[in-house]
Amino acid sequence: MGTFHDDKHELHGITVVVDTAGPEIWIGRCDDMDERQVVLLDADVHREGDGGRSKQQYLERAARFGVWKKYDRVRIERDGVVSVRRLGEL
Amino acid sequence: MPYSPLMVRPMKEELTSIGFEELLTPEDVDRWMGDTEGTAMLVINSVCGCAAGQARPGVRHALTNPARPERLATVFAGQEVEATARARGHFADIPPSSPSIALFKDGELVYFVPRHRIESRSAEQVAADLTAAFDRYFAAAAAR
Repeated sequence: MGTFHDDKHELHGITVVVDTAGPEIWIGRCDDMDERQVVLLDADVHREGDGGRSKQQYLERAARFGVWKKYDRVRIERDGVVSVRRLGEL
Repeated sequence: MPYSPLMVRPMKEELTSIGFEELLTPEDVDRWMGDTEGTAMLVINSVCGCAAGQARPGVRHALTNPARPERLATVFAGQEVEATARARGHFADIPPSSPSIALFKDGELVYFVPRHRIESRSAEQVAADLTAAFDRYFAAAAAR
């Protein structure tokens, strides 16, 4: 149930979780996504073990309250991405 | 730069027409938040097309529940910028998002619905989330 911009991915405007094969997991508002990259706005990143928290622990808190943005806009290469999910559905 | 008042008026009226007090200044917010007796709901309204379109009708529907907050207020993110910041300051450990919905009992934040839990849901699902929270936190007060 995102906004309806014909030139954008269907997740445009939706807060998503972008998990990677590496230690990083990103959360932000999806601006656009294609086979090469995911572009997030108002994004936060967590690295496994940061602050003594696993990715899962970070996600559990984010699912309850949201995240504090660290970046206005980030581009994440799709090569390392293992999943893109709606935060609201976790 | 704030949105055009003409553009946001109907979005505000969806809530003010059902009894929400519009908080336009930080002083309005402090006055409203300073009344810590009973139950209350604050809606941080917004123009967001992915979420606010479900939030406002979801709130309206939830308020038909027998257990419901006694006091209702709203601020408009992106329009009343200072009032919105002051409101968020009252639950400063929660990341800002809009639209979002905060429920209070005797001045304490008891439940919070952030934007991401609205944007992926229908108005009916938003209402169901809120009515469950009303029943959990406000039922005793409503029965008095």
